[in-house]
This record gives sequence, structure tokens and C-alpha cells, in this order.
Amino acid sequence: MTLPTVSDPMVDIPLSQPLVDSPDTRGSNLMEAIRLENVGVCYRAPSERIPSIKEYTIRWLQGKIKHREFWALQEVNLSVMKGETLGLIGNNGAGKSTLLKLIARVLRPTIGRVLVRGNVAPLLEYGAGFHPELTGRENIYLNGALLGYSRKQMEEKFERIVDFAELWDFIDAPLRTYSSGMWARLGFAVATDVQPDILIVDEVLSVGDETFQRKSADRMQEFRNRGATVLLVSHNMNLIEEMCQRAAWLDHGRLRAVGKPDEVILAYRRSQA
Amino acid sequence: MDSLPVYDSSRRGMPALEELRELLRYSNLVIQTARRNIVVRYKRSILGIAWTMLNPLGTTLILSFVFSRVFGGASSYAVYVLSGLLCWTFFAQTTSDSMHNLIWGGNLLKRIYVPRTVFAVSAVLTGLINMVFSLVPLMVVMLFARVPIRLTMLILPIPALFLAMFALGVGLILSTIAIYFIDVTEMYTILLTAWFYLSPVIYRKDMLPQDYAWVVHLNPMYYLINLFRAPIYDGRIPVLSEFLVAGAIALSTLVVGWIWFSSRADDFAYRV
Repeated sequence: MTLPTVSDPMVDIPLSQPLVDSPDTRGSNLMEAIRLENVGVCYRAPSERIPSIKEYTIRWLQGKIKHREFWALQEVNLSVMKGETLGLIGNNGAGKSTLLKLIARVLRPTIGRVLVRGNVAPLLEYGAGFHPELTGRENIYLNGALLGYSRKQMEEKFERIVDFAELWDFIDAPLRTYSSGMWARLGFAVATDVQPDILIVDEVLSVGDETFQRKSADRMQEFRNRGATVLLVSHNMNLIEEMCQRAAWLDHGRLRAVGKPDEVILAYRRSQA
Repeated sequence: MDSLPVYDSSRRGMPALEELRELLRYSNLVIQTARRNIVVRYKRSILGIAWTMLNPLGTTLILSFVFSRVFGGASSYAVYVLSGLLCWTFFAQTTSDSMHNLIWGGNLLKRIYVPRTVFAVSAVLTGLINMVFSLVPLMVVMLFARVPIRLTMLILPIPALFLAMFALGVGLILSTIAIYFIDVTEMYTILLTAWFYLSPVIYRKDMLPQDYAWVVHLNPMYYLINLFRAPIYDGRIPVLSEFLVAGAIALSTLVVGWIWFSSRADDFAYRV
């Protein structure tokens, strides 16, 4: 078993080894939920515009198509324990979203290995996949199917979802008549009425009004109490420090530091100055 | 403890089989998507779902008027046209929809895992449901044109299945190309028009000059349409060789499309 390492040796803070550092000592299960081994993701874009299929075919046959390679992630090694809440920080374009996509199985790494143990509640923007012409009820079933649930499972969830979203009065009205807040509430209710082993949270806590934010924060806490692993991406450092046991800092596709949130945030901030 | 599902990106079986397994796991999504397609299309219209039946009926009335009145012909011609038109509409619509669903559903592809074939399969399922609805106006036209409605029509699920397999195969191939060249969606519209006139939908093969008959024989849709039309228009069960040819075309297209599409599917999220 390879221990996760941090690829960039130039970081000036003492780095904690994640496996040792993992604060999850409740109970005996020191099980890995997520492991990334030497992961790299490379986007290839043609370096020049090729005007037509004919042209493309000719060049392809000649082997003359040039691609510009862009490594969104490189040599990432990371291990997340079951029940742990890990914060991901870094500038825009650092590769945070790409990393989440790998874990949500949306992308397969170009090189390296991604291991995920358990169900992942995906990074669907709340309400994405809803259709405005369909009623709330119909959308709940459609969205549930999108998340991989059977009709039967959705029937069982239905009441709880509407309860949580507090939308009983409007459940048979088309979604286009909903306010954006109602839309978000329904989306959040569907997406989180699951028992995910791994929850991916991408800046959600900024959605909705204050009451709703509190409600979603509560629900996240609930997940953590139940032993779910949480990956939290945020630019809100207070939130990261408050919620996470560890933080990881991504910079230009490389993992610069993994460790205690305050230390990692400090290092990150210093680099920004 | 280790009963949790494990995803390991390095463990790759055969993509085609894996895709099939995942699709079965997501069968509810296929059904829900097809349902949405049908419900949404007519949701705000007054006649609603009746349009699925009125649409082909209208086209048939126009075509049969043009051909039987203007060019002169039997009234049974309307049945000939409509039965062919059902096949054609199904094929044209499902193949284009497969492509569009994948490209415009691409937003979803980047956020959440769903088996990529869901888009094409639900397009085909939607088409099949619409086709069943259009059997109603077909039978109305048969009554008026005095073409007997025979029990042979009970065989129709088989030609319909072959058509669906063929359309799914073509849809998957087109989708794969469209991911790399979006222009294909536009080109295909033109291609469809040409293909329509190369298929015996509004004319009969024997109306063609002898010299051109071979062109029709190269057209897979010719065999599939004939197989579908025989139990309706001719009131006969197609012979074994007709089933075999159509079945072989359908199966091989589906297998090629499925394997190719699934082998490229991992790449889609990078491209869309």
C-alpha cells in the first residue's frame, strides 16, 4: 500500500501524513473511502482550428493533428478516510472541480487510479435536470431516476422529500411557476434524501435564504454524524476550518499541501500574498 | 463491512458489456426520460397527446391526396404511404434525437454519472411509444381505404423491434461522431431528406426505372420498411428470408454502434 504523498516538496509547512493524521478514531473503522494514486487528467484540445471534416480526415490520415495538452491534474495522491470531512481549497482553475468529477465517476483519469468505496451523492447543481413544464411531483421522480433510484425507492422517498422542501401546496404545479428559492429547495431535498457514503458539496451553502442555508448545513451535519465522508469545496476559509478535519490545497493541478485546515489555509494564504 | 460498492477506475472490463450492465441498473431513468419526452411535448397544447395521432394522419392525408388525386392511384395507396411513413418517422426522429439528447444533455454528463447510452435508448423508447400511438390513425385510414385489418398485424412487434435496433445502432454511431464534429447534426438533416427519397416510403419499388432499382437494394431501410409494411398493407406474414435479412441488418448495426459508442464513451465528458 502506497502512502499518499504530497508531490510538491517546496511547501514550507510540515505536512502531515494523511493516513496518520486522519482524526477519525471514532470506532474501529479506519477504512479508506477514497484513494487517488498518482492521478493525472489531461484535456486535449486541437491546437488549431480545423475547418472541415475533410481537412480533419486528411490530416488525421497523415498523422498531422496537433493537440495542445493541458494537465488539469497531475500526480495527485490522496487518501480520504471513511467519515472524514475534507476541504478542498485553491484558486479557480486549480483542478478542484476536476478532482470532484473523478470521484463522482464523471471523468476517468488519464493516468493513475481512482478508488471509491461507497455510494457517491453527486455534484449535481441543485435543480439541474429539472424540467420547467413538469410538475414538482414529476420532477422528483425524474431527478431520482437521474440519481440512479428505482421507481419503488422514489415512492418511498417521495413524502420525506416534499416534507423537507415544504412544498406540499405546489407539488402538482409545473416548476415554471416556482420561485427560484422553491426550485432550489426542491433540488436540495431530492439530492440529499439519500444515504450517501460520500457526499460532494460544491459551494452549496451559498444557495438560498438564511433559513434554507441553516437547514442544509444541518443536513450536512446529519450526514457526518451518520458516518458519511464529505468532500467540501469552498472559497470560504472559515467554513473549511469549521467543518473539516483536513484540508487539501490544489494549485495548478498539483496537490500542494494536505493537512490540518489551519496550516493548509495559512500556507495557501501566504502564497497569495 | 465491505459490502459497499467499489469503483476502481483501473479495473476495466469490456466497455460494451459494462455499459449494458449500467444501463440495466438505470432502467428507471430510461423510462422516466421517455415519459418526460412525451409529456413535455404536448403539455401546453389543448389536444395534448392526440397530436401523436393527428400528426401522421395529416401528413398521410396530404400525401395520399397529392398522389391519388393528382397523379391518379388507388385509395389503398394511403395505407401504403402511412405504414411506410410510420417507419420513416420513427427512424428519422429517434436517430436525430439520440444525437441531440447526448449533445444538449452534455451539461449533465459533466456533473453526474449516468450511462451514456441512456440518451439514445430513451430516444428510441420514446419513438416506439409514439409509434404505438400512430397505429390508431393507421387503422382509421385502413378502414376508410377498405384495406382489411388482418390478424397478421399481430406480428408487428418483431419488425418494430428490428427497426428499433437499427435506429439505436445508427443513433449511437451518429452520436459518437457528433461529439467530435457537431456539424454532423446539420449534415444529417440533409442526409435524411436524401435517404427519405431513396426509401420506398411514398413510392413503390416497381415504380422506379429498372436501372435504378439496385440503389434501393443497397438501402437497409428498404428491407426494414418492407418487413413492417407486409403485415399491414399486404396482409401477409413475411417469409423467413425477409425476417433474416432485416434481423441481420438490425443486429449488426446495433452491435457495431454499441461497441463503438461504449469504447469512446469515457472520452465524452472530456469533449462535451
